[in-house]
Amino acid sequence: MLELDGINVAYGKAQVLRDVSLSVAPGEILCLLGRNGAGKTTTMKAIMGLLPLMSGRVVVNGTAVSDLPAHKVPAVGVGYVPQGRRLFGELTVAQNLEIGLRVRRGGPEVLDGVLALFPRLAERWSQRAQTLSGGEQQMLATARALCLQPSVLLLDEPTEGLQPSMIEAIRQVITVMRDRGVAVLLVEQRVDAVLSVADRVAFIENGRNLETLPAEALRADHAIVERHLGV
Amino acid sequence: MEIGPYLMLASLEGAVTAAVLALTAVGLSLVFGVMRVVNVAHGEFFMLGAVLAWWVTGLIGGHPALGFAMALVLVPVLVAGIAVAADMTILKRIAYDPERTIVATIGILYIIQQVTLMTYGPEARPVTPPFNTRLALPWVEFADGAPRLYWPWGLSTTSYKLGVIAAAGGVLVGVWALMARTRIGLLMRATQLDRDMALAFGIPVERVYALVFGIGAGLAALAAVLIVPIQQAHYLMGGDPLLLSFIVVIIGGLGSLPGTVLAAVLIGLSDGIISVFFSPTLAKILATLLVALVLVFRPQGLFGARPR
Ligand SMILES: Nc1ncnc2c1ncn2[C@@H]1O[C@H](COP(=O)(O)OP(=O)(O)OP(=O)(O)O)[C@@H](O)[C@H]1O
Ligand SMILES: [Mg+2]
Repeated sequence: MLELDGINVAYGKAQVLRDVSLSVAPGEILCLLGRNGAGKTTTMKAIMGLLPLMSGRVVVNGTAVSDLPAHKVPAVGVGYVPQGRRLFGELTVAQNLEIGLRVRRGGPEVLDGVLALFPRLAERWSQRAQTLSGGEQQMLATARALCLQPSVLLLDEPTEGLQPSMIEAIRQVITVMRDRGVAVLLVEQRVDAVLSVADRVAFIENGRNLETLPAEALRADHAIVERHLGV
Repeated sequence: MEIGPYLMLASLEGAVTAAVLALTAVGLSLVFGVMRVVNVAHGEFFMLGAVLAWWVTGLIGGHPALGFAMALVLVPVLVAGIAVAADMTILKRIAYDPERTIVATIGILYIIQQVTLMTYGPEARPVTPPFNTRLALPWVEFADGAPRLYWPWGLSTTSYKLGVIAAAGGVLVGVWALMARTRIGLLMRATQLDRDMALAFGIPVERVYALVFGIGAGLAALAAVLIVPIQQAHYLMGGDPLLLSFIVVIIGGLGSLPGTVLAAVLIGLSDGIISVFFSPTLAKILATLLVALVLVFRPQGLFGARPR
C-alpha cells in the first residue's frame, strides 16, 4: 500500500509538486499521466526520499517513509525502476542484481524467481550493464528492482524507446506483479499502453493533481484523456 | 663509468618516489572518484602519517623494526579515524558541495598543520628504518664477446628502498582487490557510478563516503610511514605530495585508479631520472608542463574514459 498525502516538493526555490496526493492499493496498477514536465519523475524521486519534502507525507505499508533517510526507504519494500534505466553501467548484470538483492537480503530463490521472469539476463550474466541492448537494459533495471521483493513498485516510463515485443514483455511482468499483490505506480506516455494495464489513472498537471479515474471510464470515453493531455 | 648503471640507479630512486606517490595519489583519486570532492587537506594526512610514525616509533623501545611495524599498522588507522571524524563533522554538514568542500578542506589543512606545529614543533625528525642493508648492484659488461656481471663502485641501493617498493605494490594490489572483489568495494563503485540510485537501492551513501575519506587519508598516511625513514618528518612536508598527487591524478584521469597508478609510475620514474641527470627543478617543470598539455589536449586524462 502506497499513500502520498499532500506532498510539496521544490528544486531549490522552484516548487514543482503542489499538494499531490495519491494512493495505490496492493494488487493495483495506478497510472500517472501528465505532459512532459508535469512532475511525474519528481513524484517518484520524492517517494524514494531523493528529494526533501516541504510538507506532506509518504506512507508505505503503514511506515512513514518520508521520515526515513533515503537509503532506508527501499528496505521498507519500495522497488524503483527510474526513467532512463540508470543502471550501474560499469558493473555486470550479476553485480547490478546483487545490489538489488542486498536491500532485503534476498537469497538465491529470490534471484531465481526474478531470472524466471527475465531469462535473457541469465545469458548476459557477466556482461557489463552499459553494453546491453536498450531492451536488455530495461529488463535489468526492472529485475534489479524486483530483487528487493517490493510490495510497492515504481516504474518511470519503462517502455521508452522499446520495440513492441519488448513492451509486451515488460507489460506482462507488470501484470504478474499486480497479480502477486504488489502495488504498482506506473508512469507512461503512451495512452494506449496505459489503458491496457491500468486499474486507475491519475492525471497531474503543473505539479497538481487533476482527477483520478478508473481505467474503464477512460476506455469508454477517450475524450477525457484528450482533455487532460491535449493530445 | 658508462651511462647504464647511472640510469639504473636513477630508475630505482624514481621507483621509490613512484611507489610512495602512487599510494598517496590513489588515496586522492579514490576520494575524488567516489565522493566527487577535491580534498586539499590530503597532503596534511600524509604529513600526519609521518609525524605520528615518529611518535609511535619513539614510544616503543627495542629493535627499530618493532616500533616501525607498530607504526605501519597503527598510524594509517589513526589518520583514517581523524579523516572520518572530519568527514562526519564537517564535510557531511556542507553536503559534500564541491566548492564548499575545497574551502573546508583548506581549513582542515591549516588546522592540522598548525596543531602539528604547536605540538610536534618545527624540527625535522628522522625515523630509523626497520632494516637497511646496503645492496651493491651488478651491471653487465661484455668482455671477450661474452656477457659478464660486475659490481661497479658506488652502484648500490638499500634493502629498505626495495622494501618500500614491494610494500607499496602489495598495498596497491590490496586496494584493487578491495574495489574489485569485495562487497564493500561493490557498494563503493555503485556509489561512485550513481549516487541517487545507490540510495534508491539501500546503500548508506554517507557511511560509504566516510569510509572512502578514511581510506584515502589512510593511504596517504601509509605512504608517509613508508617514506619517513628516508625523508624525515616535518610539519610542512605535506605540500609536495599534495601537488604531485594532483599532477598524477590529473594526468591519470580523475577518479581512474589504474590511470593514477600508471601516471604515478610515469611521473615518479621521470622525476628520478631527470633529477639525477639534470636537476630536480627541471623534473618539476616538465611534470607541470605535462599537466598543462594534458589539460589542454586530453582533459579526461591520459588513461581516463571520456565522459559519457
Ligand atoms: N534537478 C532539477 N532542478 C530543477 N528543476 C528540475 C529538476 N528536475 C526537474 N525539474 C523541473 O521539474 C519539473 C518536473 O520535472 P519532472 O522530471 O518531474 O517531469 P516529468 O513529468 O517526469 O516529465 P517527462 O514526461 O518529460 O519525464 C520540470 O519543470 C523540470 O524542469
Ligand atoms: Mg519523467
